[in-house]
Amino acid sequence: MPIQDNKLIIAGQEFSSRLIIGTGKYKDYAENAAALEASGADMVTVAVRRVNISNPNEPMLVDFIDPKKTVYLPNTAGCFTGEDAVRTLRLAREAGGWDLVKLEVLSDPKHLYPEMEQTLRAAKMLIKDGFKVMVYCSDDPVFAKKLEDLGCVAIMPLGAPIGSGLGIQNPVNIRLIVEQTSVPVIVDAGVGTASDAVVAMELGCDGVLMNTAIAGAKNPVLMAEAMKHAVISGRQSYLAGRMPRKRYADPSSPLAGLI
Amino acid sequence: MQLTINGENYDDLADGLSVANLLVFLNVPKGKIAVEHNLEIVPKSQYEICKLADGDKLEIIHFIGGG
Repeated sequence: MPIQDNKLIIAGQEFSSRLIIGTGKYKDYAENAAALEASGADMVTVAVRRVNISNPNEPMLVDFIDPKKTVYLPNTAGCFTGEDAVRTLRLAREAGGWDLVKLEVLSDPKHLYPEMEQTLRAAKMLIKDGFKVMVYCSDDPVFAKKLEDLGCVAIMPLGAPIGSGLGIQNPVNIRLIVEQTSVPVIVDAGVGTASDAVVAMELGCDGVLMNTAIAGAKNPVLMAEAMKHAVISGRQSYLAGRMPRKRYADPSSPLAGLI
Repeated sequence: MQLTINGENYDDLADGLSVANLLVFLNVPKGKIAVEHNLEIVPKSQYEICKLADGDKLEIIHFIGGG
């Protein structure tokens, strides 16, 4: 009998997929929309940027991915202070009309590691302002706990630097965060290929957020589908409970009755 | 009057424009955008009422692809 798995619920909102995908770095929005379809994700991250006044008729994301069918999660990519992040997300709330957001306050452009002091400050300001904050953070269980205590609705530690595709570098910390956290834990950044997503899910994460792993694949639409299966597979594997590791072999065929 | 819109200078604009007038002038659809006027967000319901003055700074944003 398969175990009845619960749905991913973030701030009271139910999602049918545990995969969240980004919308950056694709060849065009059409390819992005095809990848979304193949991935089965029902939430995408989006960036907030200036309208191109000199060409207001250039292709718009909303024409390819319908915000009524797919949850738009506005991010604060490119923000380096709490104030920048709050300003950006207030504008996003006005543009979209929703308050579920992804907070990311970055530090050095070389590694894009989260600036955790600014992240904490910004989270506090946003929550006070009524936002539901999904927060990109370091894989430090101490900071993760502080963010949860502030009222963040999802804790999203990095698996490896943004866009690096190096996979889950610190499974011990991710596991510690999963164990201590009562809101969803979503690995955000670092996944490079389907097996990395499986690892994240087998650690007990509630979901995985990725962009470059799909957009940067030779065939993004096929990789999107692979990621859909990986997240489901990793989740089932986690729920099934893996066999214990042993130091020596144990034959699969019985030895009794051997001729 | 002169306005700074998304970091660029726009000279010789008609005086007394509202945000709604400006969006029509710039040919920017009102859909999923937001407008910031001198660092204050302008709610969509205020686009007709919010009048612009010489030297004002505006940001007009929307959603694009991102991670």
